[in-house]
Amino acid sequence: MDWVNAVIQGVLVGGLYALFATGLSLIFGVMRLVNIAHGDLIVLSSFLCLAIVSGLGLHPLIVLAIVVPLMFALGYALQRGLLNFTLGPDILPPLLVTFGLSIVIQNALLEVFSADSQKLPAGELQTASLQIVEGLAVGVFPMIVFACAIAVIAGLQFLFYRTTLGSAFRATSDDADTARLMGIDNRHIFALAMAISLAVVALAGVFLGMRTSFDPSIGPGRLIYAFEAVIIGGLGSLWGTLAGGIILGVSQIVGGKLFPGADQLAGHVVFLILLVVRPRGLFPRAVD
Amino acid sequence: MAETAQYRVATATRTSRIGLLVLLAGVVFLAMTPFWGGRAEMRLVVEFCYFLALAQMWNLLAGYAGLVSVGQQAFVGLGGYALFVFSIWLGVHPLLALPLAGVTAALFAIPTALVVFRLRGAYFAIGTWVTAEVYRLSFAQVSELGGGSGMSLPIGVIKAVAGSRSERELVVFAIGVALAVASTGIVYWLLRSRYGLGLTAIRDSEAASESLGVNNFRTKLFVYVLAASITGFIGALIYLQKFRIAPDAAFSLIDWTAYVIFIVVIGGIGRIEGPIVGTIVFFILREFLADLGSWYLMILGLVAVIIMLRAPQGIWGLLAARFDLHFFPVQRRLYLRDGRPPGGP
Repeated sequence: MDWVNAVIQGVLVGGLYALFATGLSLIFGVMRLVNIAHGDLIVLSSFLCLAIVSGLGLHPLIVLAIVVPLMFALGYALQRGLLNFTLGPDILPPLLVTFGLSIVIQNALLEVFSADSQKLPAGELQTASLQIVEGLAVGVFPMIVFACAIAVIAGLQFLFYRTTLGSAFRATSDDADTARLMGIDNRHIFALAMAISLAVVALAGVFLGMRTSFDPSIGPGRLIYAFEAVIIGGLGSLWGTLAGGIILGVSQIVGGKLFPGADQLAGHVVFLILLVVRPRGLFPRAVD
Repeated sequence: MAETAQYRVATATRTSRIGLLVLLAGVVFLAMTPFWGGRAEMRLVVEFCYFLALAQMWNLLAGYAGLVSVGQQAFVGLGGYALFVFSIWLGVHPLLALPLAGVTAALFAIPTALVVFRLRGAYFAIGTWVTAEVYRLSFAQVSELGGGSGMSLPIGVIKAVAGSRSERELVVFAIGVALAVASTGIVYWLLRSRYGLGLTAIRDSEAASESLGVNNFRTKLFVYVLAASITGFIGALIYLQKFRIAPDAAFSLIDWTAYVIFIVVIGGIGRIEGPIVGTIVFFILREFLADLGSWYLMILGLVAVIIMLRAPQGIWGLLAARFDLHFFPVQRRLYLRDGRPPGGP
């Protein structure tokens, strides 16, 4: 039963990893931009939530209603004010600008919130669990996170394939120049994509903060998990990203059980093996 | 053949000859540090030298081969740990362990490359980062190497470098300066060789270079392994100076890759002079701003972002364009025999 439990825990953590990864995958799909600051933006959302929670005394889940729109707006502004100017045939500018941004955010957080470990107060959700069978209980909060991951991915899938905005996203992704000839304002479309990406990031950041303790230095680690989930799942496939997150989560928890203290390492090793065996991921859609 | 006799192709220009003299003077000035400076100055120059060497290697990868690595700390750490393993476990003389550390890093670089070369562009960057993390976490698991808390070089090994402290510092200093000069020289030599032409072709268009007979994979692999090997050598030297190694510091992204990226971006990416200018600027900024703690890194990050947006060719790129400066000419230029400007009638 121990092992079943470990696998279930792993699957549920995978939901959180999928939330980390969805935003990264989304902007890569629309504008071929890899945001190195992605992980730091996740941690920034956790800290934003913490500041509001301690200021207003509300529950973190209620504060989501403030943090998500805030990050949405930040994403729009960031793309229009900065990242749009880095896009072009050369991959260096977006890579190095977001790398610089990552260092700036990390150190700004360090300056404002110090290096101390923080946690968002989750109240009763923290310990609530559901007994499934004798000796097997599953936490309520991890299940909420997992359900949210599925809902977000289903929502984005709908947005991409069933709405006008989704057509605009896909058109810009396929051929940005022709899309412009059809009257699409690329700068606005890219900014909306980044805004949606950061809205998902906000959700992920708040869940992260409620689940474990966090400090300004953990951003890059979250970026790496997100990246691994995207690559395992296959570029351009949102459901693949969920699968990637689950595989990563299960590898970490089961690996940590087999070799205590090596959970992160186990996740990375499984990722590298999959990269060698299936370089294009499990469910590849996009080329490149 | 009368046609061909009317022009020649050369790489050197008058400014490049003057520039070489200026650089030579700079190297002599640094090499004379033991005569004009004390212990602190020598340490500073060694640090300057290894940052310059690391920057040359990163620039070779990112600026010329299009391999933007965010995982060069992997090879600094591997080189550092190789020094400890060779000199403590195998009883190799520490100075002989330095080149062996370079070889070790190269041996690790080959399988690493076979994995990360499956990723392109920005995903390649994060892939190299993951492999560096794997090395960091793996070394933290080895309790014989002190696990997560690391270990120190035993006094016997330190004494084997040289008898007295000042002699040891002189040895490390000499190797440091030699390493900075050698890594700059190797990049220059490489770019003027046929590999350099191939590299530039790959950077400009992978498909076109492949169709013209450049073996993209082999050229990139060669450059990646070469850079890893020299980075490993540098790592071993760094830890021969520090005496103490721990996984978090040896595989630190900030220390061995982020600073280096900022150096190259600020100085000018894709130019040999860039890392030199960048390292000088980096040390000047550090001298004035290091007391500011996290503000210092924020300022560095912002400067790099602004340069990437406003002047992606970096400080040296701006100077070179303004004054036609090329201290390390790798561009081939056309000259007509009778002194007429190229392109004239």
